[in-house]
Amino acid sequence: MEADTLLYRGGSFLYGPAEADTVFTPEDFTEEHRMIAQTAKRFLEQDVRPQNEVLENQDFGKVKELLQKAGDLGLLGHSVPEAYGGLGLDKISKGLVGEMLGSGGGYSVAHSNHTCIATLPITYFGTEEQKGKYLPKLASGEFLGAYCLTEPNAGSDALAAQTTARLNETGTHYILNGTKMFITNAEFADTFITYAKVDGKAFTAFIVEKDFPGLSLGPEEQKMGIKSSSTRPVIFEDCEVPAENLLGEVGKGHVIALNVLNLGRFNLGSACMGASKYGLGLTLGYVKERRQFGRTIADFGATQEKIASMAMRIYAAESLQYRTAGYLEEALGGLYDAEDQGLIAKRMMEYAAECAVCKVYGSETLDAVADEALQLHGGYGYIKEYGVEQMYRDSRINRIFEGTNEINRLLIPMNLLKAAMKGQVPLPDLVEQAATEMNAPQVEEIGPVSREAEAVKAVRRVFLMSVGLAYETYGDKLGEEQAVLIKLADMAIALYAAESAVLRTEKAVAENGEEREKLKRHLTQALIDELLLSVEMDARQLIQSAVDNPQLGSATAAVTAELSRLQRGGTADTKRKIALAQLEAGRYVS
Amino acid sequence: MNIYVLIKRTFDTEEKIAVSNGKIQEDGAEFIINPYDEYAIEEAIQVRDEHGGEVTVVTMGEEEAEKQLRTALAMGADKAVLINTEDDLEELDQFTVASVLAEYLKDKEADLILAGNVAIDGGSGQVGPRVAERLGINCVTTITDLKIDGSDVTIVRDMEGDSETIKTSLPLLVTAQQGLNEPRYPSLPGIMKAKKKPLEELELDDLDIEEDDVEAKVETVEVYLPPKKEAGRILEGDLSDQVSELASLLRNEAKVI
Repeated sequence: MEADTLLYRGGSFLYGPAEADTVFTPEDFTEEHRMIAQTAKRFLEQDVRPQNEVLENQDFGKVKELLQKAGDLGLLGHSVPEAYGGLGLDKISKGLVGEMLGSGGGYSVAHSNHTCIATLPITYFGTEEQKGKYLPKLASGEFLGAYCLTEPNAGSDALAAQTTARLNETGTHYILNGTKMFITNAEFADTFITYAKVDGKAFTAFIVEKDFPGLSLGPEEQKMGIKSSSTRPVIFEDCEVPAENLLGEVGKGHVIALNVLNLGRFNLGSACMGASKYGLGLTLGYVKERRQFGRTIADFGATQEKIASMAMRIYAAESLQYRTAGYLEEALGGLYDAEDQGLIAKRMMEYAAECAVCKVYGSETLDAVADEALQLHGGYGYIKEYGVEQMYRDSRINRIFEGTNEINRLLIPMNLLKAAMKGQVPLPDLVEQAATEMNAPQVEEIGPVSREAEAVKAVRRVFLMSVGLAYETYGDKLGEEQAVLIKLADMAIALYAAESAVLRTEKAVAENGEEREKLKRHLTQALIDELLLSVEMDARQLIQSAVDNPQLGSATAAVTAELSRLQRGGTADTKRKIALAQLEAGRYVS
Repeated sequence: MNIYVLIKRTFDTEEKIAVSNGKIQEDGAEFIINPYDEYAIEEAIQVRDEHGGEVTVVTMGEEEAEKQLRTALAMGADKAVLINTEDDLEELDQFTVASVLAEYLKDKEADLILAGNVAIDGGSGQVGPRVAERLGINCVTTITDLKIDGSDVTIVRDMEGDSETIKTSLPLLVTAQQGLNEPRYPSLPGIMKAKKKPLEELELDDLDIEEDDVEAKVETVEVYLPPKKEAGRILEGDLSDQVSELASLLRNEAKVI
C-alpha cells in the first residue's frame, strides 16, 4: 500500500471537499469503543480523581501506582501490538482513552506521555529485539517511559540539540553527553527515548535505561500546573548506551521525533477535548445552583451565551478529533507489524496538518472553556476547592508542549506550500478556480445544513484566495512571513473545524433524522455563524497587511461578499437553545 | 461450582427520565447493568476464582440487553444467555420474569444463583426470591458477605442498618446489597476477550413456555413523574399554634393523615 492509495490525502481539506459518509464521527462508535471508553472513564473517576489532593502534592509514588493500575486494565497497551503484550487497538480507541483521561490534570499528562511519545518510537521504529525487550513491559506498566527531546537551548528548534553521542573504540557502546530539559515522568521513568547527535552531527534516537551508567536527574521543576506529572532535567555524563539500543538509523532521529509528535498532537487534542467536556460539566452544575438577584445564574442570558459558546467549540473539537482518528486508523491501522520504516514514516507524516489542527484547536478550546468556567464560578472559581482553579492552571501548558501552537500553525500552510512546490498540489489552478467561483457562487445543495455546507466551501475559497494574494505579494519568500502564515493557519483551522462539524451533522441527520439531531444542527449553525465572521476578519487582516493599496479595496470586497452572503439571523436564539439543552442535561450533549 | 447471575438492563443513573404518552422515553438514553447486579457479578467471579466452576449471566428482555451481557462477560463471566422476549411479550412484571427465569434454570443444576437486591428502576426486589421459591431452593436477600465451605454457606445480611449472620447450604439464591464487594470494571483485554465468549439467545419457544402462562399480572394504570418539589414553608408563632397548624395542613392540604 502506498500513501497514494489512501482515500483521503493529508491536508486536502485545504483545497477540496470531503463527503459525509467518508468521515468517522462519534456516532459511528462500536459497542467495543463504548466499553473501552467506559473503562477509561471509570478508572479516572474511581481511581484517579479521588486521589487528586495527594497527586497535587506531588506524591509521585501514587502516580506510579496509578499508572501500574492503568497497565493492569490495559489502558497503557492500547497502541502496543498484540504480539508484544499489548492490544493493538485502533486509533479511535486511542482517541477515546485520551479523551476520557483528559480531565485528569497532571496524571493525564503522565499517562499519555508514557503511551504516546515514550512508547510509540519503539512500537514503530524499534527492531524486533527492542520491541520484544521493552514493549511488553511498557504495555503492562512494569516499565514507565520518558521522552527526551527538548534541551535548554533547543525547544521548538529541536534539531539544534547539543547532546552528543560517540561510539566507543570497541564499538559496543555509544557515549552520550548533554542535558535534556522538562522531561515528563523523569522521576520514575525506566526508559528514556533520547535524541543525540552522533559525532556532533547525525541526529539519532536511543533507548536509554535509567540504570545505564552516567544518567542522572536534575531537580524537580516547580510548575504552574499539571503538578502531578514529574518534570525534571535529565543529565547524560559519559552515559554508556549499548550499541543495540540505537533506535532506527544513525542520522534518522528526526524521522522518529517528528513523526511520533504527530500522534502526540492528535492525542493532546483528544485529552483537551475531554477536559473541556469536564469543565463544561462542572460549570453547568455550578450555574444551576448559584443564585443571584433571586434566580439561578443559569437563567441569565450572559451565562447561557457562554455555555453555548463552550458547547459549540467542544462539538467542533470532538468532530475534528474523531474525523482525524478515522484517517489515522486508515493510514496506520495495518502497520503494527510492518517492517517498512519508510512507509511507516510516510504514513505518520501524512496527516501532519490535521494533527496540528487537533493540537491547536483542542488546546485553545480547553483554554477558552477553562477561562469561562472560572469566570462563571465568580470569586469561587479563584478558590482552590472548587477545582476550576486547577483546571485553569493545568490547561495552559497545552498550548506550549508537543510543539507550540505557533509552530503547529506555521506547519499547516507551509505543508501546503511545500506540496505545491513539489507539484503534488496544483495550487495556482486551485486559487484561480476559487476566485472564479467567488465571482459566480452557486448554491446547489438542499439539505438540513446546506447553508453551512456552502459556508464551508466559501471559507475554503477565501482561504485559497488569501494564499494566492499572499504568494503574489511575497513570492517564494512567503515562508518567512510568519505573521501572514499564522493568519492563513487560523483560516485553515476554522475550515477544518467547520467542515468536520458540518459533515458530522449531515451524517447524523441522514442516519437519525432531523428531529432527533436538532441539537447538532443548532450547534453547527451557530458555529458557522461565528466562524464566518472570524474568517472574514482573518482574511481582511491578512489582506490589510499583505496587499498593496490599489488591490486592497477589491480584495476586501470580494472576501466580504463571499462570506456575508451566507450570514443568517437568529444566532442568539440558536445559542439559547443550545445552552438550555446543556443545562437540562447537566453535561455536554450534542 | 455452577454459578448463575441474574442481571437487568436499566437506565443510567445519570439519565433524566422523561414521560410521554404514558411511557418512559428511552430514545437516546444510556443504559447500564443495574448497579446491584454488578455486586452480584463481582461476587460470582470471586466465588468462581476461589472454588472453581463457571459463571453464566442471564438476562431477559430485548436484543439491546446484549450490551449489558457483553459487559458482564468483559468483567469476567464465562457465558451469557439472553432470553429475548421482544416478539412474544409486551409487558413484563415480576411474575413474568421470575416464571421465565425459573423455567430456564430448573434443569441447570445451579449451585449458586446471585441477583441484585433490587433493580434501580422498578425497585420491587421480588424477582430473586420468586425464582428461589419456584426452584424450591434456599434464598437469602440483601447479603453483604458470603463464605462457602463445601456446601455450607455463611452469610451476613443487611438488616436496614443492622446485620444478621445466617448459616445455610447450597443450592442457594442470594441477592446482593451494597457493601458486598467493590465491583471491578472491565479491563481492555477483558473487553476484547468478551467478544469471543459464548452468548446464547433464547426465545420463549426454546423454553417451551406459552405466552399466556407467563402473562403479566400487574396492570399499569398510569405512569407519571413525581411532583416537582415545592419550596418549604416555615411555620411561625406560638408552638402549640404551630402544631395545630401543621396537623391541619397535613390533613387538609397534603392529605396524608
